[in-house]
Amino acid sequence: MELLQCIDLNKSFGEKQILKNINLTIPRGKIIGLLGKNGTGKSTLIKLINDLLTISSGQILINGKPIGVESKKIISYLPERTYLDKGMTVEKTIKYFANFYENFDSEKAYKLLEDLGLDANQKLAKMSKGMQEKVQLILVMSRKADLYILDEPLGGVDPATRDYILDTILTNFNDGASVIISTHLISDVERILDNVIFIDKGQIILTAEADELRNREDASIDEIFRRMFKC
Amino acid sequence: MKSDFDNNIPIYLQLVEQLKRDIISGKISAGERLHSVRDLALELKVNPNTVQKALVELEDIGLIFTERTNGKFVTEDNALIEKYKQEYADKITEKYIETMQKIGLDKNEVLLLIKDLGGNK
Repeated sequence: MELLQCIDLNKSFGEKQILKNINLTIPRGKIIGLLGKNGTGKSTLIKLINDLLTISSGQILINGKPIGVESKKIISYLPERTYLDKGMTVEKTIKYFANFYENFDSEKAYKLLEDLGLDANQKLAKMSKGMQEKVQLILVMSRKADLYILDEPLGGVDPATRDYILDTILTNFNDGASVIISTHLISDVERILDNVIFIDKGQIILTAEADELRNREDASIDEIFRRMFKC
Repeated sequence: MKSDFDNNIPIYLQLVEQLKRDIISGKISAGERLHSVRDLALELKVNPNTVQKALVELEDIGLIFTERTNGKFVTEDNALIEKYKQEYADKITEKYIETMQKIGLDKNEVLLLIKDLGGNK
C-alpha cells in the first residue's frame, strides 16, 4: 500500500482555486522534492496533507486511510513558520514534544543538539533565526515517523547551515520512511532527492525520478526548472 | 571521501565513476569489504537509494559482489580490475588527444609534449 495518495484533490478559497485536480502518489523510503515558485500551492498542499485545511473535493489517503488523528501520529511536519513558544528553553520544548508525541525520541534530540552545537538551556527567543530553525528541524527529525514533511526547511539560513540541515535530514529519517521537502532553493537540495514533483499554478506539471530527468534533459534539476518556468 | 557532485549529471553515475576510480587506483583494495549503503550515503552526503543504485551498477559489471548477510566486497579478480583500469586510462587519453587536436596539435606533437614534460619532472 502506498504511503500517501492524493486523488483528484481540489482546494479553493472562496472563488479562488488554489489546487487543481492533484493526483499524487508518494512511495515509501524516498526523498521527494516538491518544487515550485512562490505562491504556486506548495504550502496549501502540505497543509491539506497535515489536515490543517479542509479539502474542497477529492481525497488524501495515508496508508490507505483518510487523513485524521491516526495520520498525524505518523507524519512529522515542519511548518514554514515556527509555532514554538519562544519564551521556553530548548530543554522545555523537548519535554513538551516528548509529552505530546509517543514517537518522540528525546535522546536523539539531545544528540542532534550537541552535534549542531546548540545549548539546551537557552531560550528560543535568545537564539538567532538560523539556530531556531535548526531546533525546529531537530524536533521534527527526532520523531520516529513514516513521513516527514518539511516546508521550506532552508528558508532563512546561510549556505553552510543549509548543508548542516540537509545532512541532518539525510542521516535521520527512518528506514522505510519518506521525506517530502518543499522548496524553491532547488540547487541546494537536488543532490539528495530521489524524485521531484514540479508544481505550478496549483497543478502538478511533472513528476520524475531525479537522475532519470537529469539524464533525459542533460541538465540539473535546477536548470530544468528554470527553463520550464522562465518568466 | 566527501565529493562535490555536478548536478548536471545523474548522481548515481558520478558515484559509479568515483567508486570505479577508487577500486582501480587501489584506494579500495581487491577483496576489501565496502561500507554499508547507509554509511556510504553518510560519507558521500547523498541519498542511500542513489548509493544502492550505483552499487547495483558496479555489481552488474563485476567490480563488486554481494556476500549474503556479510555485505558487499570488491572483486578479487585482479585481471578484471586491470581491464577497467586500462579502459579508464584509454578514455582519458582519447579525450586528452581530442582536446589537443582541437587546439591544433597532432598526435606526434602531443607525444613530444608528453616526453618533454616527463623529462622535466
